[in-house]
Amino acid sequence: MKLSLSNPGLDDRILSHQQLDKLEEDEAGDRPKWDNKAQYMLSCVGFCVGLGNVWRFPYLCQSHGGGAFMIPFLILLVLEGIPLLHLEFAIGQRLRAGSMGVWSAIHPYLAGIGIASMCISLTVSLYYNTIIAWIMWYFFNSFQDPLPWSQCPMDASLTGFVSECERSSPVDYFWYRKTLNTTPAIEEDGGLQWWILLCHICAWSVLYICTIRGIETTGKAVYVTSTLPYVVLTIFLIRGLTLKGSLSGIKFLFTPDLTELAKPTTWLDAGAQVFYSFSLAFGGLISFSSYNSVHNNCEQDAVIISIINGLTAVYAATVIYTIIGFRATERFDNCLSGNILALLNAFDMAEGSITDNNYNQVVQHLNETHPEVIQGIDLKTCDLTTFLSEGVEGTGLAFIVFTEAITKMPLSPLWSVLFFIMLFCLGLSSMFGNIEGVLVPVQDLKVFPKTLPKEAITGVICALCCLVGLIFVLGSGNYWLSLFDTYGASIALLVVAFCEMISVVYIYGIDRFNNDIKFMIGHRPNFFWQASWRVISPLIMFFILVFYLVTKVSEKLLYKAWDPESEKFPTLEEKLYPDWIYVIIFILAGIPSLAIPFLAIWKCLQKKRRNKTNLEKQTLSAFVRCWTNSFHQNSFIAPKS
Amino acid sequence: MLDKILFLLCLASALADERCMPDTPHGFQVRLSIKTALGDEAYVWNENEMFLFRASLAFAMRNHMNGQQFEVSNIIVCNETMRVSFWFIVTSPLDTSQLIDQENVEAAIRQSRNRINSAFLLTDKTLEFVDILPTLATLYTHPTPPWLIVFGVVMGAVSAGIIIMLVSSVVQKKRKTNRKPQDEDDDEETRVKTVENGDAHDGIHNMSFSEDERFTKM
Repeated sequence: MKLSLSNPGLDDRILSHQQLDKLEEDEAGDRPKWDNKAQYMLSCVGFCVGLGNVWRFPYLCQSHGGGAFMIPFLILLVLEGIPLLHLEFAIGQRLRAGSMGVWSAIHPYLAGIGIASMCISLTVSLYYNTIIAWIMWYFFNSFQDPLPWSQCPMDASLTGFVSECERSSPVDYFWYRKTLNTTPAIEEDGGLQWWILLCHICAWSVLYICTIRGIETTGKAVYVTSTLPYVVLTIFLIRGLTLKGSLSGIKFLFTPDLTELAKPTTWLDAGAQVFYSFSLAFGGLISFSSYNSVHNNCEQDAVIISIINGLTAVYAATVIYTIIGFRATERFDNCLSGNILALLNAFDMAEGSITDNNYNQVVQHLNETHPEVIQGIDLKTCDLTTFLSEGVEGTGLAFIVFTEAITKMPLSPLWSVLFFIMLFCLGLSSMFGNIEGVLVPVQDLKVFPKTLPKEAITGVICALCCLVGLIFVLGSGNYWLSLFDTYGASIALLVVAFCEMISVVYIYGIDRFNNDIKFMIGHRPNFFWQASWRVISPLIMFFILVFYLVTKVSEKLLYKAWDPESEKFPTLEEKLYPDWIYVIIFILAGIPSLAIPFLAIWKCLQKKRRNKTNLEKQTLSAFVRCWTNSFHQNSFIAPKS
Repeated sequence: MLDKILFLLCLASALADERCMPDTPHGFQVRLSIKTALGDEAYVWNENEMFLFRASLAFAMRNHMNGQQFEVSNIIVCNETMRVSFWFIVTSPLDTSQLIDQENVEAAIRQSRNRINSAFLLTDKTLEFVDILPTLATLYTHPTPPWLIVFGVVMGAVSAGIIIMLVSSVVQKKRKTNRKPQDEDDDEETRVKTVENGDAHDGIHNMSFSEDERFTKM
């Protein structure tokens, strides 16, 4: 059942195997190369392992039945992640071009896939670097003791703490007021926040210096940015395990709840997490592998990187939950001692008469004897599981929960510095891949004149992105960022990945692809790869895409706002997006997805028009030749042959 | 056992003065949390400790109201409980029937709070004067925010790096273009040579020096 669409002219657009070998021997060609295999592997690992491994996976794991979540995650990693990764590596290495070049080479009508990848990479680059700017802000603020988010500041009259801080918490206040200075709604922009603007410019400058000469500089930078996070995670693991309550955190994370496996949302979330965590369909991985030598073993690379990515996610989740367990235990202890103190004060009992062990019995006894006093005290319910399951993800985890936990550890500035360096490295190494996914198509599209050096092109792109990214530096920047994150990179990526698979398997041809892989690594891909490329992975992608569309379209467009005036403060208030946001969402999600069919149709029409004009030109030139021949025959001038 | 004796003794002493009672408008309630503050090194609350407390309070009153010689006997304590909490009132040294009003007592305690705390190795939280709020600790405000300093260092290093990279690539390119005119001169000379060898026959190749094969190989 080898379905393959006819693709004439493919051989003219791509290098043949002999030509590739010759290119390899002569070391000709102006394509940049990796200095060694380690740089390539570290760049790919850095691109795949990003902030999502640290702050999305632990939350998913904990909210979908702990250890049981590993099962759908690992299954989908093997069936969806590894095949797609191998496909991107192999096609990049074979066709030796970035995403634009690869898809245009396979078929001119598929140029839309390259354009879509470029648009998605551009969208993600814009907001991802703002997160790095926030990380840098926290990093800069970590060089003081006590940390600025450990205490509330005093209000203007110096009689008490700032009311917004009192009602919420010092970490919330520092994040929402001192960092973001967030407005209550997305319509109010609040102006540029100068301190974040400085960090924003700093983040783009650091990115520029690391990507200034393409992989020549990023190849050196990844030695640090890809390895440092593992070192810091290990340090945190050791520190975390010595804290009280860490083991209860780990236990909570991994306790399996097998009933979650029956829910489809668990599988959907696992599939989406595997897909996004691999940074597929951005075009960056295709670029990276195109700088390899032709006979590099891309199959082995794909498997190794997938395993590293999966293991890193589990490792990071463990480390995060040791610290969360510590924080939850700390909160629980404080809650309990607060209650005990209240009871001691109310009944004038000696200290030590109520302990953690006999607390419940004592409360019960006192409730029977003096119920009205107990009512008057207003005891809080202290439940460790509730504190542990205050599962937070994303920026909330890093900037609120974790920073609070750090303030409770001795030597807090040190842990804060280490933590934010780790986040910075994780984010920066992902940005290298994103920028690669923007730069290479821009160069392929020949937007800039060839005389312009690479440094200048990179500089222009970084400067433009920095300017457009100013939208995230506004007071409402946080809301814009979550809008871009939710709609910019989700649906379009799924569409592009699905089209990539279909293009390689059915338009490029699975037979040709198998032969290419045999030429590159020495043996044909085995049955597992065939089955997954042809049937399993496209089906999984299709299901995830359909489910995603259905859930996104049916849900109301809400966002969570920090509004000190709201009744439920400090809980975030859910507000409706204004109507003009729909236009923005359409631009973010629709344009990349629609670029694929739109460009295919446009190229088709262009070809038809060219054929028509060619036909006209041919008839015209034949006529002219005929006429000049007859003219010359009559005038004795030797015809030019 | 000891606690019960303590309790009775206190009760006895308290009965001596009826003005000292819970919720008195002239005094304050005090709560000590010795075990919470000191853990294993906690001392036992006994009569001597109470004497120290009354003495330190008298000291505080003397400090605040200059001139008046408060004695330990001017501090009257009552309603001591096992919690280690009790009420106290302060009588004037000149006339024991007169009580010092709450504002003065509060001001005196605020003034010498640190001294009273350290006499008992406790803090504002563990030696609690109910209804006297402790002064809030202010965050130390730095003259230059430290984050600006770190930002300056990082930004300076990055800018220096960018300038160095750009300058080095410009220098490299200049070196390449300097070499190129040299190569072009060499090319021109060889071309001139071939033309000279060709003599006056324009457009006729000198077969021995040309590279392209007009005839197929045998």
